[in-house]
Amino acid sequence: MNLLVVVLFLPLAGFLIALLVPRSSPQGSRVWALALSLATFVASLGLLYWFDRNSAGEQFTIDWPWIAAPEIHFTISANGVSLWLILLSTLLTPICVLISWRSIQNRVKEFYAFLILLEFGLIGVFLAQDLFLFYVFWEVSLVPMYFLIGIWGHERRIYAAVKFFLYTMAGSVLMLAAIIYLYVRAQTFNYPAILDMLSSGRLSFDRGEQLLLFLAFFLAFAIKVPLFPLHTWLPDAHVEAPSAGSVMLASVMLKMGTYGILHFCLPLFPSAARTCAPWIAVLAIIGIIYGALVAMVQPNMKKLVAYSSVSHLGFVVLGIFSFTQMGLDGAVYQMLNHGISTGALFAIVGLLYERRHSLEIADYGGVATTAPWLATTFLITTLASIGLPLLNNFVGEFLVLQGTALANYTWTVYASLGVILSACYMLWLYQRVFYGEASEEVRHHVFDLNLREWAAVVPLIVMMVWMGVYSQSFLPPVSRNTARILEQTQVNVPFRVELKRGAEVSRAR
Amino acid sequence: MPVNLIFHPTDLIRILPEIILTVMGTLLMVLDPVLHRRSSNAFGHLSLAALLAALGGAIYACTQAGPAFGDMLIVDGFATFFRVLVIVVGILTILPSYRFLARQDAETSEYHALLLFSIAGQCLMSAANELIVIFIGLEISSIASYVLAGYLRDDKRANEAALKYFLLGSFATAFFLYGVALIYGSTGTITLTEVRAAITGQNAPSPVFVGLAAALMFVGLGFKVSAAPFQIWAPDVYQGAPTPVTAFLSAGPKAAAFAIFLRIFMTAFEPIGAGWEPLVWISALLSMTIGNFAALQQTNVKRMLAYSSIAHAGYVMVALTARSDGGTAAAMFYLAAYAFMNMGAFAVVSHLSGRGERYQSIDDFAGLAQKQPMTAAMLTIFMLSLIGVPLTGGFFGKFYIFRAALESHLVWLTVLGLLNSAVAAYYYLRILVMMYMHEPGEATAGVEPLSLGLRAALVLPALGTLFLGIFPTWILNFATRSSVLAK
Repeated sequence: MNLLVVVLFLPLAGFLIALLVPRSSPQGSRVWALALSLATFVASLGLLYWFDRNSAGEQFTIDWPWIAAPEIHFTISANGVSLWLILLSTLLTPICVLISWRSIQNRVKEFYAFLILLEFGLIGVFLAQDLFLFYVFWEVSLVPMYFLIGIWGHERRIYAAVKFFLYTMAGSVLMLAAIIYLYVRAQTFNYPAILDMLSSGRLSFDRGEQLLLFLAFFLAFAIKVPLFPLHTWLPDAHVEAPSAGSVMLASVMLKMGTYGILHFCLPLFPSAARTCAPWIAVLAIIGIIYGALVAMVQPNMKKLVAYSSVSHLGFVVLGIFSFTQMGLDGAVYQMLNHGISTGALFAIVGLLYERRHSLEIADYGGVATTAPWLATTFLITTLASIGLPLLNNFVGEFLVLQGTALANYTWTVYASLGVILSACYMLWLYQRVFYGEASEEVRHHVFDLNLREWAAVVPLIVMMVWMGVYSQSFLPPVSRNTARILEQTQVNVPFRVELKRGAEVSRAR
Repeated sequence: MPVNLIFHPTDLIRILPEIILTVMGTLLMVLDPVLHRRSSNAFGHLSLAALLAALGGAIYACTQAGPAFGDMLIVDGFATFFRVLVIVVGILTILPSYRFLARQDAETSEYHALLLFSIAGQCLMSAANELIVIFIGLEISSIASYVLAGYLRDDKRANEAALKYFLLGSFATAFFLYGVALIYGSTGTITLTEVRAAITGQNAPSPVFVGLAAALMFVGLGFKVSAAPFQIWAPDVYQGAPTPVTAFLSAGPKAAAFAIFLRIFMTAFEPIGAGWEPLVWISALLSMTIGNFAALQQTNVKRMLAYSSIAHAGYVMVALTARSDGGTAAAMFYLAAYAFMNMGAFAVVSHLSGRGERYQSIDDFAGLAQKQPMTAAMLTIFMLSLIGVPLTGGFFGKFYIFRAALESHLVWLTVLGLLNSAVAAYYYLRILVMMYMHEPGEATAGVEPLSLGLRAALVLPALGTLFLGIFPTWILNFATRSSVLAK
């Protein structure tokens, strides 16, 4: 029995069973969701244990025939990048269950059912190696999130949910067109097989064809990331979603986009990707600075964190399109870091909301005096988020900036502004919420963390420190995979670029 | 010629479904005075039995595949596919009708008799191999459906619907008949394969005549499948007709009309395909765009689903534009998936509409998920399938259609079609929003519990939709094998 099957199908089975839990017992739904998500997490730890860290290739491959004509297979496997993203999903799901324990009081059964279904969809996206299957998971993960935002969200939840759905849908239909086109040309959906055909020259696209296909894929991913100027759905979705929804959205769902770019766009359409790289890098840098500036003036905590995501994800995209080993490593590391630290930020903001029932920064102040432990965890998360050395984001941002510098030094200069700005808005947020005089409401309602909340926050803090201090635990499998991706992007590239890469590598040494 | 008119006993087996349905339909009318006072459900049971028998008949007829009555009819996989499809649509129409007719205090015998006649006509259309038989089938199916559309005589809207449907429908049939006359005049034959031979043969008639005939038939059939620019009637008729009848109209006659569309254009007019392809291309794009954009603004569910049905006809037209066996198979698959998801959606509308069909607004779905979670979950499946979300039949249908289109190098039509389906997501989502994200209103607060018939009318299409979405291979293989036979 392949462990990957367990990790993927445990949530699906859990979803089906969660539907059978009687509506009259909300506690039963909660306990079931917690037990199941923990079991999935443990199973995914097994994945980590048996993962061969010295191999760059796909592991735990499963290939089951699904549909005969056109030939679609249920092909899944894990690699050095998707392994960590799966662990991120399985780690955050139980945390989301914990932070929703009290805040979700109506239609509890459906809430946890959708949360588990979401986990299934997300894991599937990271595992699928058949383009058709990938699209299936891509869309399937959309539906539970739509309901999570739309049913359990705040005031303008319906607007946000519909906007979220339509934005993603509009992007992904073009990707579907491109996937079908690839199938018509390659006569297979199997991703490794298509790559094989590309590298051996049995399949090739002319310039215009490649550019259009690349853009069709990239648009779907860029909306999900979200890359400036396609980010407008994100603040709405984040602010209106319940905290568990925000956490899953920020930590894992946005990574579907960057993972897609890394895993599909670059190897499939290398020369188009290189042609577009300067444009995309500029958009990413605009996103970094714009996101940070807009975050600075937000009166709403969730909106602030949402815009900071736009800024942080800009680094990831920039790293990917630097086409350097360090840039790619940093991008992947930053994907994980953002998942951990922004997930923690949303979770803690959710805890504050649960107490004070407000997301407005102006309604807080002096929380550090009434809830010192909550303030401490938030401080560590804030410091991680702004990239303090010895905490996780530092490593990622450093690698991205270093990699970018090898490709284009000007980009680095502008992107670094984002690092400074992030310190401004995050520390200013911290100051306004946690320091100062505690108002009457804050003193009466904002109490400190209880045991359940500790259990939710501590794993994330531990990860922040671990990933900041000893990145060797995480980076080697990532590097092996990104090196392979870089190698694949050499296929079909004109000689000129080849030369430039050689120069970069020698300079890097 | 006279030799062809001698018929064999196997010919009777080959039209078994038509025989069963016609006999039973007549029987229902005769039995009306006898059974009437005892039980109004009896007619429903009888016609359900007739349809099940016809289903068996259609499958049995397929084991005796071949032409019947000379070359007038042909029973092959293609015919069987559509026969089974329209009969299943009939079953899914009758199941929610029990409760619906009782609620409106309507007579049941004529309703069921007309339904059976209409389905008999559609079965005949599916198997027809000659233009006059096609015409007869079309008329049997249409005349019965005109009456069904106006079945609730006291309802002003139903009267309007019936009148509109009848007048415009007659025009359309006349157009079709003109086309048939032109073909007969210029080629001297009405059998589809012979028409094809005559067009390509040595003494080929003037292309003007053939082109004109094809255009006239296109108008007539375009009307029947409610493809743009002949879609004007659909919203009014769909809104006015009794809900189960609307469901029936959107799936049954449409599927049968597409069957003859495929037969005529992929057999007789296949050689002049390059000529009609641009027409169908434009019609497909117009249908999708008009249907989807008009549906965005509707507040009445039936009207919205009417526009959505125009849009879906557009998707099938895309498959026709592909002019390939793959396209034919995709169209067949899509019609099957569409029948399931649309019948299911209309069953929920019929369930919720209440006495006198008061509740037809999208707002009336508010809070259904809290009052009847199962009903809401089923409707969610149908809506997601109509949007085209994976793991539902609607998604695979779209996928196959656009694959066929891309294989025929229709890149722009594919891109525009797929963008259209993203637009469509908006109006289907509105129903989900209402059901799940609003508090119950007047309509859902007083919603009656699901009757047995309705439960079946929801669960069967839901299972069908999911089955086609997760294990499409079986149906698709059948469609692919029989698509070749359409020629």
